[in-house]
Amino acid sequence: MSIAKIWVVAEVVDGAPTTTSLELASHARTLADTVEAVVWGGGAAAAGTLGEYGVTTVHDVGDLAGALPGSPVAAAIAQAISGGTGPNAVLLPATYDGRDIAGRLSAKIDRPVLTNVVDLTEADGALVSQHAIFGGTEILSARFAGDGTAIFVVRAKSFPAEASGGAPAAVSPLAAPDTGAANSARIVATHVEERTGPKLDEADVVVSGGRGLGEKEQYAMVEQLAGLLHGAAGASRAIVDAGWVPYSHQVGQTGKTVKPTVYLACGISGATQHMVGMKNSKTIVAINKDQDAPIFQVADLGIVGDVHKVVPALIQAIQARG
Amino acid sequence: MNVVVCVKQIPDPAAPAALDPGTKNLVREGKLILDDSDAYGVEMALQLADAAGGGEVTLVSMAPNGETSGLRTALAMGAAKAILVSDPALAGTDALGTAKVLAAAIKRAEPDLILAATESSDGYTGTTPVQIAELLGLPSVTFAKKVEVTGSSVKVERQTEAGYDEVECSLPAVVTVTAGVVEPRYPSFKGIMAAKSKPVDTLTVADLGIDGGQVGVTGSRQEITDVAAAESRAAGEIVVDEGEGHLKVIEFLEQLKVL
Repeated sequence: MSIAKIWVVAEVVDGAPTTTSLELASHARTLADTVEAVVWGGGAAAAGTLGEYGVTTVHDVGDLAGALPGSPVAAAIAQAISGGTGPNAVLLPATYDGRDIAGRLSAKIDRPVLTNVVDLTEADGALVSQHAIFGGTEILSARFAGDGTAIFVVRAKSFPAEASGGAPAAVSPLAAPDTGAANSARIVATHVEERTGPKLDEADVVVSGGRGLGEKEQYAMVEQLAGLLHGAAGASRAIVDAGWVPYSHQVGQTGKTVKPTVYLACGISGATQHMVGMKNSKTIVAINKDQDAPIFQVADLGIVGDVHKVVPALIQAIQARG
Repeated sequence: MNVVVCVKQIPDPAAPAALDPGTKNLVREGKLILDDSDAYGVEMALQLADAAGGGEVTLVSMAPNGETSGLRTALAMGAAKAILVSDPALAGTDALGTAKVLAAAIKRAEPDLILAATESSDGYTGTTPVQIAELLGLPSVTFAKKVEVTGSSVKVERQTEAGYDEVECSLPAVVTVTAGVVEPRYPSFKGIMAAKSKPVDTLTVADLGIDGGQVGVTGSRQEITDVAAAESRAAGEIVVDEGEGHLKVIEFLEQLKVL
């Protein structure tokens, strides 16, 4: 028995669906007879790629003219559900907008939402979600009780994005009802932060720093090492909270999920919060002065030592190679 | 300007967390403390009320028992009062049920602005503030890294994948703040003493006119079916640095062809 219809909320950036959207579509294909997508503008441009990943119809809410998507997109999906043309389940990416839409939709249709999903399986015609808890040391399985649309917010990189070679998806407009004051937030300007090198969640090498760096200025060596390895610089929540680095650098439960070839943790103890975001890296190297730090339990190579000595020595040695 | 801050009292994150083997709910025994993530919202609210030339900061919280120690911390920082919805019937309430309870309590305070953290540090569902906004028919701006109130609107720098957006929104509105946006003040001795006598209005679910079936385990329409140990990574090589530790890292990176 499988699920009849799943809708994937797909984010479209510069005319292309994001990787996470394609991950969700790929996995939805293994669970449901029909996989459709919901976008807000750019449906025609994204229909080809989404079709390749198994989406048959793209429901396009249309350009939002600067409105935040939470309210209008949730209202459009809710209207389809109450009109009987909606899906059995909605999968959303665990992004800023994905979480907004999920929360609004949940309250609108009076159904709960399961977030931080890392896997999704089907049992007896219903979906069962898996969640990594306590720093990924345990996996919790959950499902919805009662009837109604199931809403799942799925973490990035939970599934591989695999094309199925499908035809371009049909594009169909999806009406968003007027939600009044709830839809009054408007984007008036967009700022793109300059960053050099690969994106944190796509980089092959991630070098992250934590509280063990001691002070804000020491983060520079993390950035320098990341640059030398053509990687991206990440951070633990502790130093983001302390204001040393912007939130966009945060790896972990509340930040980004990364799965690089190598994750280099400098002065990071390995709090639960952090481990969820990097534990599935292909390899992990940890440098920390406390030999009992939890990070060493997941490290393929652990250096028990002073990060202020080991990292500069590492930088120097790499520079010497030319 | 009156600001409501949603705060959560959680078990000390430094203490080991566990699930109740029977109910599979997070064990919330022992002393609860103010969630660190909420300190930023409290600080932001105090600063915004100050900048607006006055107004009260009201805390709104929910707990199955009458716990107030976390609330006292936020009151000591300078919040004027608290509304605590406390009812044994609330044990096991899911995020949507929590949002229903908090929304009903917030309505009583008639705020101009509602602040919350982007997510709690214990359950980290991360949808409750937006669910509250939807239930109250209000706009919401999540992941704020800067908040400014001018007259009847709020301007927010909202975190995005690529940087940030400037978002404008009419009040009242729900805004969630990321950690690190402001430096939370330490409660002064005077603040701590004053907090002891600040009003904490304790309400039950019935006081709010919410049907008991909407909250607690019965109201929670999601269930945990299983908890199992995750596949663990094989233990790696641990080397104590005696000046040569970096060479081990180089060797490792060479094997991976990263170098």
